[in-house]
Amino acid sequence: MGVDIRFPIGLMFTILGLLLTLFGLFSSSNSELYKISYDININLWTGILSLVFGLVMLSLFLRRKKKVVEEEKPV
Amino acid sequence: MEQSFNLGWIDYTIMLVYFVFVIGIGWALKRYMKSATAFLEAGRSLPAWVTGLAFISANLGALEVIGMAASGAKYGMMTIHFYLIGAIPGMVFLGLFMMPFYYGSKARSVPEYLKLRFDEKTRAFNAFAFAIMTVLASGISMYALALLAQVLLPFDFTVTIIGINITEFDFYLIFAALIVLIYTYLGGLTSAIYNEVLQFFLIVIGFLPLVFLALKHVGGWEGMKANLDVGMLHSWQNTGSPDANPMGVEWFGVVAGLGFVLAFGYWCTNFLVVQRAMAAGSMTAARKTPMIGALPKMFIPFIVVIPGMIAIALLNDPSIDFTLPVKGDSFDYDKVIPTLLATHFPTGVLGLGVTALLASFMSGMAGNVSAFNTVWTYDIYQSYLVPDKSDNHYLRVGRLTTVFGIIVSILAAYIAKSFNNVMDFLQLIFAFINAPLFATFLLGMFTRRTTGHGAFYGLIAGTIAAAIHHGLTAPVGLHSQIKGGWMGTIVHHYHSEMAQNFWTAIYAFAACFVVTVMISLLTRKLKTNEQLKGLVYSLTPRLVDKEMVWYKRPATLAILVSIIAIAFTILFW
Repeated sequence: MGVDIRFPIGLMFTILGLLLTLFGLFSSSNSELYKISYDININLWTGILSLVFGLVMLSLFLRRKKKVVEEEKPV
Repeated sequence: MEQSFNLGWIDYTIMLVYFVFVIGIGWALKRYMKSATAFLEAGRSLPAWVTGLAFISANLGALEVIGMAASGAKYGMMTIHFYLIGAIPGMVFLGLFMMPFYYGSKARSVPEYLKLRFDEKTRAFNAFAFAIMTVLASGISMYALALLAQVLLPFDFTVTIIGINITEFDFYLIFAALIVLIYTYLGGLTSAIYNEVLQFFLIVIGFLPLVFLALKHVGGWEGMKANLDVGMLHSWQNTGSPDANPMGVEWFGVVAGLGFVLAFGYWCTNFLVVQRAMAAGSMTAARKTPMIGALPKMFIPFIVVIPGMIAIALLNDPSIDFTLPVKGDSFDYDKVIPTLLATHFPTGVLGLGVTALLASFMSGMAGNVSAFNTVWTYDIYQSYLVPDKSDNHYLRVGRLTTVFGIIVSILAAYIAKSFNNVMDFLQLIFAFINAPLFATFLLGMFTRRTTGHGAFYGLIAGTIAAAIHHGLTAPVGLHSQIKGGWMGTIVHHYHSEMAQNFWTAIYAFAACFVVTVMISLLTRKLKTNEQLKGLVYSLTPRLVDKEMVWYKRPATLAILVSIIAIAFTILFW
């Protein structure tokens, strides 16, 4: 149906992943913040997870798009 | 430990990103909504993995996330019955045996299938019951969302606009309703389905860290087991007698009541979920939809049931300072997830977790509204009110129905807020109406002799049987007639409400089955074999999957799903 869902999903999780990863990196010295999560920088790890997932979705979308474009090329 | 949510700018940014994407998807889909089919049936064009995830996600709303965590805390591992026996067999059956008729008959909805297979009155009965029920369910979702948002978000205000006091509760409710309205109005069923897929991934990525941290807190899997009663750790082992397990059920009630009648009734005949499979782009995709959904479905207990069990293990461990909010004389189990979020997530992932929860409520609402749209437009408006108009006319009606559905849902949410009992009462009535439905489909799809009269009166008989059984029995410790025993004399006491529900379903199914068969034999078959082609098993050419590579066939997927389900059953026996 017109819009390939992999694009918005990929983009959203990439953005969320970047946000959390960067936030995790910049707050990594804040031990007070991560007391609640047993000194694990959960923002960083969740951010990386989300980022990887988002990028995988985006690459699937791009691969598929390339295939469609090639198929539509006039011979 | 005080339950408090310290949300920072990062958390609100995450929420904002989600809202932007939700609206953006609707906006992007807007230009493809050129026909009623595109708007109400997603153009029957979606790939199987999208419809498959939407299939389980439509059901992964308020009920599942909050309710299954609560159930995990109350009943422990027995909660996985709602997945392994209460969903998977029904989903596999739908994909292998029923989808060919739903999809192949070109029916646009479940009620429409009933009209093609039986007659007008059977369709009307199902269409009206379903329409009212979905709007109600959407309203309950809205109400639950606003309640939860009150707990999760720190705002607390009252403003007076034209003499009406608006509190933060009203604001959350209206705000969520508006978001759902915008994206469903713009993109129709496709929008609802896409957002369900988005929500599914949000729940998984938002809750995995929660399970990880909570498990670490309790000392890993072994630490959790060490702090739980042994009865909480098994699903089947203690079901020999209802006294022996926390759910108060015995194996026969679980297998026949939950596993057969309720599960097949819900997953195979409820239009909310079946609509997702109908939106698939091909017969094979439609058949694979429920089975692709079944794969992740089996793992969802790890992110909703296990947290509930961990919460109890944390409570039981004397060396850990953890407590749940209290409601009356027991713990408020519905607060398990919010409490775990508040006590394990720092700002950042907290925003992700809260967004995932809000998303699950909103997509629950959108799912119901989009199913309501289709049934209202096709099965009520087009069939009984204004037939024979142009496609464009029904497209416009479909859009307007979205607005109408949302407004009625908001009303239902306020009814739920002010009269809790009215809502319980209505849900009970719908439970009676739904309980026998699977018998009708089973007889209709697999025998050609079943007649319209048989189906209709069978359904009525099943509903009455359910009501009578409910009226004559009661769970132990009955304190409200909504829970049963309203006929004055109680002939049997069940060990729990759950056991009573399972048996209500069994009686309803049996009554519907017997009456449908009897009346069908006494009445004339009005549809010719030619008319029933594509609707009944014996009159429909078999689908041959032989030309497909073996690993792409629906049957292969069904075997894979079954093997995993059996493995989990043995593992958590």
